[in-house]
Amino acid sequence: MKREDIIALADLSRIELSEEEIERFSKEFDDILAYVQTVKDIVEGGAATPALGAVANVFREDTHPHEAGVYSEALLTALPSRKGQFAEVKKILG
Amino acid sequence: MKKNRTISELRTALLSGEETAVGLIEESLAVIAADDGDIHAYVDVFADDVRKDAEKADVILKEKGDSAPLLTGIPLAMKGNILIEGKRATASSKILEKYIAPYNATVTERLQKAGALFVGSTNMDEFAMGSTTESSVFFATKNPLDRTRVPGGSSGGSAAAVAMGSVPAALGTDTGGSVRLPASFCGLVGLKPTYGAVSRHGLIAMGSSFDQAGPLTHSVTDAEQIFSLIAGKDAYDATAYEMGTYPDVVSKEAYRIGVPYELLEGIEPDVRAAFDASVEVLKGQGHTIVDVSLPLMKSGLAAYYVVIPAEISSNLGRYDGVRFGLHIDGANLLEDYRKTRAQGFGSEVKRRILLGTYVLSSGYYDAYYGAAQKVRDLMREEFRTAFADIDCILTPTAPTPAFKIGEKGDPLSMYLGDIFTVSANLIGVPALALPGGTVVRDGVHLPVGIQFMAPHNGENRLFDIGKRYRGE
Repeated sequence: MKREDIIALADLSRIELSEEEIERFSKEFDDILAYVQTVKDIVEGGAATPALGAVANVFREDTHPHEAGVYSEALLTALPSRKGQFAEVKKILG
Repeated sequence: MKKNRTISELRTALLSGEETAVGLIEESLAVIAADDGDIHAYVDVFADDVRKDAEKADVILKEKGDSAPLLTGIPLAMKGNILIEGKRATASSKILEKYIAPYNATVTERLQKAGALFVGSTNMDEFAMGSTTESSVFFATKNPLDRTRVPGGSSGGSAAAVAMGSVPAALGTDTGGSVRLPASFCGLVGLKPTYGAVSRHGLIAMGSSFDQAGPLTHSVTDAEQIFSLIAGKDAYDATAYEMGTYPDVVSKEAYRIGVPYELLEGIEPDVRAAFDASVEVLKGQGHTIVDVSLPLMKSGLAAYYVVIPAEISSNLGRYDGVRFGLHIDGANLLEDYRKTRAQGFGSEVKRRILLGTYVLSSGYYDAYYGAAQKVRDLMREEFRTAFADIDCILTPTAPTPAFKIGEKGDPLSMYLGDIFTVSANLIGVPALALPGGTVVRDGVHLPVGIQFMAPHNGENRLFDIGKRYRGE
């Protein structure tokens, strides 16, 4: 895979890659993709696609919520950067 | 535990007064103190808490006797991607190195209710991606049976914790073989339940349409007991199914067992010989062995390595350095994300996120992800057809015994080791890995495993055939 493609994928994935990683992934991905390509051949080989089996929606009654705020503190303490009851992030709009 | 005692044996010893929970915990902590500095099965050991819990367990055992919950006073280890409230849940990743679980996983809750004592959380491949437990950010875990070798992965810490005798059982998670492969490499019993049999609530997600938690034990009876305690519907996981969702899978006097012999070409000769010996044992127990053709099982591995990175790239999007885990500061929010994820994730995790992003991108979606999902459907059909004629499927668990630490360099050769295990995850059926003889490498006897697969909801059949095979 071309290095530009690896860089584009890294951008989409929000991951900064080192030069060494770009090199390594661009080599490895060709082998891996060549291997997983076989899925295309099976489907293109004319095999029929059966209807999806055991998939069904699962619903529950919209009742019995937990008391407001009981978990807030536990979750907020995990924030890397906190301001009161909020997660703090850098300014997004100019 | 001493002489690899099972949960059932420890229960008897606790009820008779021959052992106490405090005594078992001291024994467990002593084994860890003696050996874990080298083996590295554990990331965290909860020595202070578990000692206090053991004292309470002894009171309960004294008061209630036989009617004390089934695991009262039994030491267990939990894989590092299963949440225990107030304890660190790292998934052996730098990005979660300081993450404290704010709640209990459903499996944790259920085991706690049954009286289990959690000794510690175990090492694993980072985010459960790997087959060796070498990709942990902390350290590689060594195989207690041969410390120059890997314990298998990704639940290698859990397997090593049991195999080194620190606990009679541990919980792992299995997305493509991560309970069964370490079971095979460490000579243990490992169960991957039917998808949806056990709630995934509180498991750090990897592939949400594959992940299941399952036990690593010394006996099938113990695996059955832990499974019966953790299984069942859960309001917090919509995929955890109710009884009756699948037809009953009945036990029989003797089973018709299908072996996909075409897939056994190319496995190491002595692994094959050990497998053939297990087949003879099963025949001797009155079962019928037939050759079954499952051509898609081979393609399954390719389908797995398309769908899995896709689900990973989506599931791991949550690690953004804002809500929890590591945060690395950049010039703006986008750079915060990019730097946090660059420093927080290891190589295999990045590799799979990028591959997943690739197979899900608009130009390639149909060719890879769409095609792989179709293969998955075709495999379900292939297995359904096979199960009309046979009661279960038998394969080796892995094509090799445990390999040397550092031996598997390139990712593709590592992926190919999952050939026998991923099918069960792709189609959602249960699979039980059992010790199936040994082979010799460098003068050391190393265990190899056999694996049974049954139709959905067929755990009871697996336990039945497994107990008979093991003489339990």
